[in-house]
Amino acid sequence: MKCLVSVKRVIDPYVNVRFKADGSGAETQNVKMAMNPFDEIAIEEGIRLKEQGIISEVVAISIGESVCQETLRHALALGADKAILVETGNKLEPLHVAKILKAVIDKETFDLVIMGKQAIDDDNNQCGQMLAALLDWPQATFASKIEINANKAQVSREVDGGIDIIECDLPAVITTDLRLNEPRYATLPNIMKAKSKPLDTFTLDSLGVTLRDHVKVLSVDEPPVRESGIIVESVAELVSSLKDKEGVI
Amino acid sequence: MQGLIIAEHHEQQLAPVTAPTVSAAATCCDTLDILVIGEACQEAANSAALFTDLRQVLVAENSCFKGNLAENSATLIAQLANDYDYIFAPASTFGKNLLPRVAALLDVQAISDIVAVKSHDTFVRPIYAGNGLATVQSFDDKKVITVRPTAFAKAACADTPTADIKPLTTSIESTKSRHVGLELSPADRPELTSAEVIVSGGRALGSAENFKLIEQLADTLGAAIGASRAAVDAGFVPNDYQVGQTGKIVAPKLYIAVGISGAIQHLAGMKDSKVIVAINKDPEAPIFQVANYGIVGDLFTVVPELISALSR
Repeated sequence: MKCLVSVKRVIDPYVNVRFKADGSGAETQNVKMAMNPFDEIAIEEGIRLKEQGIISEVVAISIGESVCQETLRHALALGADKAILVETGNKLEPLHVAKILKAVIDKETFDLVIMGKQAIDDDNNQCGQMLAALLDWPQATFASKIEINANKAQVSREVDGGIDIIECDLPAVITTDLRLNEPRYATLPNIMKAKSKPLDTFTLDSLGVTLRDHVKVLSVDEPPVRESGIIVESVAELVSSLKDKEGVI
Repeated sequence: MQGLIIAEHHEQQLAPVTAPTVSAAATCCDTLDILVIGEACQEAANSAALFTDLRQVLVAENSCFKGNLAENSATLIAQLANDYDYIFAPASTFGKNLLPRVAALLDVQAISDIVAVKSHDTFVRPIYAGNGLATVQSFDDKKVITVRPTAFAKAACADTPTADIKPLTTSIESTKSRHVGLELSPADRPELTSAEVIVSGGRALGSAENFKLIEQLADTLGAAIGASRAAVDAGFVPNDYQVGQTGKIVAPKLYIAVGISGAIQHLAGMKDSKVIVAINKDPEAPIFQVANYGIVGDLFTVVPELISALSR
């Protein structure tokens, strides 16, 4: 059984994001980049399923400029068997990503796709659901537990207010939530080993994918800054402010 | 412009996130219908008919919609989409699961989590967990949109139904997935993402045992409980308590941060709260920069005092 895991290169989640003054988006020059945290969880889950003998091969895929190879090498160092880079300089929308992934899956058979539920840059939370729709596969989003048995996946999903449990036939698309697992760190020997693992490169042309723009980001601005508040001297002063001035309790 | 709103409901009750979705939709559309999908949802449909902005309530009540499987619901919505220019759902786990699937079936790029409507095709949505606001224009003929419930007022309701209720007989049976069950968290406290008041604890609590102090304060206020990533990583509370960029994004009326220093990661998840209170012994803690009210002091002294002052 083969598993495809998508990984996105994003600004490191512990870096303070700055936006360009011209409103064109986040500053990424000389900024520390990392694998999207939800995708790290997705890779970890793929590797664990392999360690359990359920999956035979974990393939990591990234879409973007050639520098995304770094993210793929990290996935390989964590334990993915091979990597695919779809190289493009295009600004990609979630629907584009879903179409590209579908084209790859149409070429090479996979039984399972695991993706992060969202990327922490654009926060769209769409790709997995869109890919499942395009493939006409079942979807299990926001997974906090995955059990695979007899070509079926039982998935516990983190929903507002509780855990929703569904069972779906494979092939399926599963997206990961935070509670699914705790990703491992790459060891130095595995980082060295990753350098010789296979990494295939495709282009949109070689995949036969044509895309059109559906949306345009007109500007990216910083939200209004909160006015700094006051330090109160006593609990009594706090309670009376919250009651009388703010009316929130 | 004609819009279709997908209602969220649980156990016959319309979910609170539906009302702000209706008011966001009303800013784009002059004719609005709402679709209630479920195994048993007639009562939720009756409540939806009270929204004054609506023309029709479409009710797809059928056992095939048990557990709100996205596969079946998305197919139904895509079939109905011909008649509409806009499709809206709340940006809850329900809407986020469902609408991107609908959008892909329609070859539309969905717009997630909008917080403002600029014009008929231009919307504002947070990116980088709210550290940036992107203004996005959609070129698609049909717009498929999820609405951040905390960003819009609740739509007005009448005392008696104003919209017509129209049953749909569609049955869509996907054999590829099945609903097994729903384990609801104990409902003795409000749910984190829709709570009006949240009390969050951080690493300074020191232990899971000490975290009970947060629970006591939350119970006094009828509040939901949150935590910083540091408190989650230290094992004081489970992961689903985490507020922050990679946890839950919240915007309650009152957010009380106890023993939380205010890492960027955490601030990203709560800085849209209306009133923020910070209790921390370090006067230099970054949390004070976003707090409306701060108390510099030992939380183990301040919090019990606060509980007793609030109980009076």
